[in-house]
Amino acid sequence: MAEGKEKEKGKEGDLFIPRLVTTDEYFASGHRACMGCGEALAVRLVCKALGKNVIIVIATGCMEVVSSQLPWTSWRVPWIHTIFENVGAVVSGIESAYKARIRKGRIAPKDVKFVGFAGDGGTSDIGLQALSGAMERGHDFLYVCFDNEAYMNTGIQRSSATPYGAWTTTAPVGEKQPLGQMTWKKNMPEIAVAHRIPYVATACPSYPLDLMDKVRRGVDIEGPAYIHVLSPCPTGWRTPPNLTIEVGRLAVETGVFPLYEVIDGEYRLSLELPELKPVREYTKKQGRFRHLSDDAIERIQARVEADYARLKSKAGL
Amino acid sequence: MIEMTRRVGLEGSFAVAEAVRMANADVIAAYPITPQTHIVERLAEMIADGELDAEFICVESEHSAMSACVGASAAGARVFTCSAGQGLELMHEVLYIPSSMRLPVVAVAANRALSAPLSIWCDHSDAMSIRDIGWIQMFAENNQQAFDLTVCAFRVAESVLFPAMVHIDGFFLSHVIEDIELPDDDAVRDFIPDYEHPFVLDPDKPVSMGCFAPPFIYAETKKAQEVAFEHTKSELMSVWDDFGRTFGRHYSPVEPYKMEDARIALLTMGSYSETAMLAVDEMQEEGVDVGLLRLRLWRPFPFAELRDAVKNVELVVVLDRAVSFGMGGPVCSEVRAALYQMENKPHVIGFIGGLGGRDIPIAGFKYMVKRAQERVKDKKEEMEETELFGVRE
Repeated sequence: MAEGKEKEKGKEGDLFIPRLVTTDEYFASGHRACMGCGEALAVRLVCKALGKNVIIVIATGCMEVVSSQLPWTSWRVPWIHTIFENVGAVVSGIESAYKARIRKGRIAPKDVKFVGFAGDGGTSDIGLQALSGAMERGHDFLYVCFDNEAYMNTGIQRSSATPYGAWTTTAPVGEKQPLGQMTWKKNMPEIAVAHRIPYVATACPSYPLDLMDKVRRGVDIEGPAYIHVLSPCPTGWRTPPNLTIEVGRLAVETGVFPLYEVIDGEYRLSLELPELKPVREYTKKQGRFRHLSDDAIERIQARVEADYARLKSKAGL
Repeated sequence: MIEMTRRVGLEGSFAVAEAVRMANADVIAAYPITPQTHIVERLAEMIADGELDAEFICVESEHSAMSACVGASAAGARVFTCSAGQGLELMHEVLYIPSSMRLPVVAVAANRALSAPLSIWCDHSDAMSIRDIGWIQMFAENNQQAFDLTVCAFRVAESVLFPAMVHIDGFFLSHVIEDIELPDDDAVRDFIPDYEHPFVLDPDKPVSMGCFAPPFIYAETKKAQEVAFEHTKSELMSVWDDFGRTFGRHYSPVEPYKMEDARIALLTMGSYSETAMLAVDEMQEEGVDVGLLRLRLWRPFPFAELRDAVKNVELVVVLDRAVSFGMGGPVCSEVRAALYQMENKPHVIGFIGGLGGRDIPIAGFKYMVKRAQERVKDKKEEMEETELFGVRE
């Protein structure tokens, strides 16, 4: 593409995109997230899509720590943090309280959205039980998992969402264990789908409009909704902060993290990818994969292709 | 005094459920565990029959039960949960949250021993494990008190904005039917007025709850909590006064039984207090100068009231229903600590008994009083060793 054309396209974007996105900020600036944090960006976009009639429950983790140091807060919407592993249960309680209080005439009817935020550890490891309970009981809430693929807040320890072959501080690369993480990433969106909830989606802040659309759909649907947001982490992935958006795009374009929705059990791919880019293009940008042998990358490539084919067939493609 | 009362036969669990119904709770979140289950079963029935308008959250664990209560309370609802033994232990982490975030969650614990070995029967190990968490903790000794104290728990929790727990002994109260007096629904509703938490989660008035505190501010939050928690005792006492005026049954942090002129005080918490009363009756007839002190309030600990209750006593014999391994009985060690400042402090001898549902007959209390006197006479009271009553060796 010629340079001039690219510039022109960018200009078009400048004119058009702002009209689609509110300039209101519910996740205020001044928080302490790292430079280039994909999760803080995702939270900001999700909050824009949610608007102000919302109550947010958050798990312990990066976003809680960077945004709520007493006596300050970055939250312009009602927000509660209690402990690490109970977001699903706390949000259940809030939703039930509103239901009961409105029904009993204790408060005037109002349209409030109930939303849970947690990281990958707070979702697919320690918080899985509480989330599963809340989804099974059918509370009307949206749960957003901001997945940066390790326990970044405590210093880059592996979680069940850490991808195969990634270096972390508890899956280090050593002479005897040259691979780093030796297990495959837990497929959390599929676990949510197995609960037969009405809405499940994957998203990434590298695709901001898609992310915000999915948040709006998820929150408007009656019943539990689950959105899994891949949130690139420069600190933990060992990437330069200016590559956050690019790395997120590569995760999608290589098929490592496909974007899709499952509405009432029907799969729909969010992006048409006639051909997947090689996984190597994604891994080579990240220090956490720098030790990988060609063999290991081929194993990842094969797995990504098989998973992507399975996903396409679920979507009827 | 309210005239509209009914006398009914109710097991302790159902008495608690009646109190929760009359309190008009908005949200109940609980997980089944023996011996607490009858409480939630009865509440579920009441909701299904339309006798109570509440959301019942059948959570997947006790950890989530307390978490859901925290969320519901933060959203302004009147909430209730109950648990026992292992369930209370699984809740443990979450129990700190309502006391630190000033959420008036009300809970009932049907006290149960802790594993291992597994035991579903009563002792106070579970209650002791949560004594440092900042919940108001009260102990009932019969089903009437289970009802009364649960009613008072709602009123006091909401007035001081701290969580409150009523302890009823598993099986001894939870599964035993007793004749109790149930007041009129309206009288209880008048006694527990509607309340509005000053800082609910509401989009019209956004607040951030449960923020993170670095060292420069954490200690101040804990000081504020401790000062406010100390105040709960006087508030609870005024709630009990009002309860007494309204319903004719009177409670206080340390309740004496036949303590006039007593030189020896037995001290108990929970359902064994009634057996101990019978033992005191018999011993007094036999000429022993013994009375009974029932510790109704465990947290905040009633230091002044306890010192006052034993000021003319030479010997206090404490029964614990839990072991603090390497330390003896937790109630006994706290009683000793409370009395240490007294100029003429009595001897304090502790026994541990009734573990895992083991029975203590009247003769058992008589033995403890006799044995404690012997130990004082032999000057063995300084021994830190606590005798486990009724153990086969």
